[in-house]
Amino acid sequence: MHFGPHLLLAALEGLVTSAVLALTALGLSLVFGVMRVVNVAHGEFFMLGAVLAWAITTAIGGHPALGFLAALVIAPLIVGAIALIAERLVLRRLNYNPEATIVATIGMLYIIQQLALTFYGPEARPVEPPFSYRILLPWFGYSGYKLSVIAASALLLIATWLVLTRTKIGLIMRATQYDSETAQAFGIPVGRVYGGVFALGAMLAAIAAVLIVPISQAHYLMGQDPLLLSFIVVIIGGLGSLRGTVVAAVLIGLSDGIISMFFSPTLAKIIATLLVAMVLVFRPQGLFGTASR
Amino acid sequence: MSEASPAKAYALHLGAIALLFVLSFLLPEYYHGLLARIMVLAVFAMGYNMLFGYVGLLSLGHAMFFGAGLYGAGLAIIQLGWSVPAAFTAGLGCGAVLSLIIGLLALRSTGVAFMIVTMMFAQVFYLAILYFAAWTGGDQGMVVPQPARVLTFGGTSLDLTNPTVRYMSALALFSLVLLMMLAIVRSRFGRVLVAIRENEERTKMLGYDTFSNKLAAVVVSGTICAASGAAYALLFGYVGSSFASVQYSILPLLWVLLGGAATTLGPLVGTLFMYYVIDVTSGYTSAYLLIVGIALILLVLFFPRGILGSIRQRWLGWLP
Amino acid sequence: MTPLLTTKGLSRNFGGLRAVDNVDFTLMPGEIRAVIGPNGAGKTTFVSLVSGRIQPSSGAILFDGADITGLPAYVRVRQGIAYTFQITSVFANLSAYDNVALPVQRTLSDGRSKGAVRAGVMSALERTGLAGRAHMPAGQLSYGHQRLLEVAMGLALKPRLLILDEPTQGLADSEIDNFIELVRDIAKNATVLLIEHNMPVVMQLADRITVFNAGRILAEGTPEAIRDNAAVQDAYLGTAP
Repeated sequence: MHFGPHLLLAALEGLVTSAVLALTALGLSLVFGVMRVVNVAHGEFFMLGAVLAWAITTAIGGHPALGFLAALVIAPLIVGAIALIAERLVLRRLNYNPEATIVATIGMLYIIQQLALTFYGPEARPVEPPFSYRILLPWFGYSGYKLSVIAASALLLIATWLVLTRTKIGLIMRATQYDSETAQAFGIPVGRVYGGVFALGAMLAAIAAVLIVPISQAHYLMGQDPLLLSFIVVIIGGLGSLRGTVVAAVLIGLSDGIISMFFSPTLAKIIATLLVAMVLVFRPQGLFGTASR
Repeated sequence: MSEASPAKAYALHLGAIALLFVLSFLLPEYYHGLLARIMVLAVFAMGYNMLFGYVGLLSLGHAMFFGAGLYGAGLAIIQLGWSVPAAFTAGLGCGAVLSLIIGLLALRSTGVAFMIVTMMFAQVFYLAILYFAAWTGGDQGMVVPQPARVLTFGGTSLDLTNPTVRYMSALALFSLVLLMMLAIVRSRFGRVLVAIRENEERTKMLGYDTFSNKLAAVVVSGTICAASGAAYALLFGYVGSSFASVQYSILPLLWVLLGGAATTLGPLVGTLFMYYVIDVTSGYTSAYLLIVGIALILLVLFFPRGILGSIRQRWLGWLP
Repeated sequence: MTPLLTTKGLSRNFGGLRAVDNVDFTLMPGEIRAVIGPNGAGKTTFVSLVSGRIQPSSGAILFDGADITGLPAYVRVRQGIAYTFQITSVFANLSAYDNVALPVQRTLSDGRSKGAVRAGVMSALERTGLAGRAHMPAGQLSYGHQRLLEVAMGLALKPRLLILDEPTQGLADSEIDNFIELVRDIAKNATVLLIEHNMPVVMQLADRITVFNAGRILAEGTPEAIRDNAAVQDAYLGTAP
């Protein structure tokens, strides 16, 4: 293959990564933006989504599309419920103290990971894609499913954006984000908003995982890379900024796809992590975000 | 911290050291080896406590300082053929230089950003170990051969692989760092660090350069952790990348939280207790990270002062 | 005689608001100077600029003839500008002793000796009448005692210029009388810049008074002159006597 098509392939792969990353990072960003909680267990919610997708598709059987659609609905709901319980039992009791919640979510990370290992096992297991149509480009064939992941993610992002900017729920969330005490004084049930946002953040990660699991496989350690990449995206995009998150996800996803074609993935990770740490040190509001608040 | 009862404090610490010394002759073989390891790791926890407990800076990247000592000493002895004291010094030097650089960068951020920045630098360090596998052995790690782990001076030689020598070396390092921590805590420097933890803005308005003081604390903390890492490489002979992973940044936090942040003996108590819990539960489950996770959550929820912190609050106000 | 403190064209904007607007101010050594003015006149912003807690938008600050405009707060403290906070901010979890030991140990030149720290701390605590409470956690002291501890910490810095921001706020009348004596005592060795709302305290203590209004200096003079100044009565004291 020549360089051009090679690059196109890398870019397409990068876009798939971006699409899933944008959803995952958006969940992390919402939770941080509204609750000021850094959820270190976010990657484990992602992993749970993938593992549950495998369990659900296996249990249902029949045509792959049937199981997949069921997983796309049920897995995020279960993950959201788990997140809600964790929020009620732990984060709320800590009064959302930033440092204590980090320590607590690290604890959640270990618990979820070990439970997944115990009940799901150390194997990586595949999920069949709902359809296996290949689109034939002049230079190579490309998975139609991968393209549909990009489309689905774009739709979900637009939907989230509409909810945040055009609905009463979005207004309540933004009011809570801006000033939770005043919001409380105006009768907004801040506690319930927090619970809902934490669950929503986890569900976004779970949806992203269900979408990606037919491409990569379900594994109990698969939450670590999305967590790191989501951190990177949220930091580059500016903490709590939706537009910045999407722009940064595309940027990171594309460069990740392209760089890892040409460099060793470990070296790429080293450079990316170092650059992002430097961004956080020297430009804490991110490259795209304005210093809101 | 208080001026009162320094005699009691010194008596308690010397008593703890004496107890550990006597235990060397009483413990069965398995626990004898385990306690030596715990003492070395308690040094790691004491280094962590220096920053987290006294300055109030929560780092999620201290594995890199432990790793700097571990690999600094390990590489010096394996790749360069240095002697044991030289390798130990190399480990300390790596830790001091690394913590100075990290401190200069990371201290520009505060709170949550500081936690994430330290975690990311540690991740870079960890990935670098994997990337330079030709020297570091990658994720397989390296074994320090037995002949290299002999300390010779004059006519006598000490074999660090001998259990008693190993135990006594670990105890010597532990005691040295423990007494040093006690001295720091009672010093003017220690008082300034606590003031920064309580109210940094106010401390500045008393004429203190808080950045320099925090930087000094990061370097002391990082170097102590490196001492622990270097000792680990020399005493236990294994240099592995997992010691630089995120998990080894979380563990000292857990040990310190459990034993009691900002107490001098808390790190030892926390490390001991955690190993005890894992030892007891290992009969039922191999998923020891599950216990780590549950312990972390229970501690921040119900027991944020830890064991010695609670004892100090309830009964022994003089406890340093 | 060189003024101890001079500001030239000192300004500070917060967004569109000029909290301090082109202030030229001079303070001579040994004075007790009171700064008064209605709420929001820019008094606290002004002393925050002097102490270095915030940076000016424009203008210059000279301390003992040297330009200190660009120096960080902690260096100014070392040069002799001490600031006591308007909102009490003692180290609540540390003992009163440790609170005062922090400034004392920094100003000591002889370095090591523990005895010198103890002597310095106890002398500052005795001057403020807190010696008997040295080992109480500062957070458990009464409000009035916390204010005194705040002053003791300022004293222990051995300042050449001591800035007191509303020191009598929340104090009982009996405590205020003691406080006036304390400030007179301090003024034997240091220049005092006092922001104060309590007019009897100002009239008893101040050598000169500077009146701020809307970020500018409205008037300056002896207590008598200020009392008789029609513009000040208008802006601040109101029309009633």
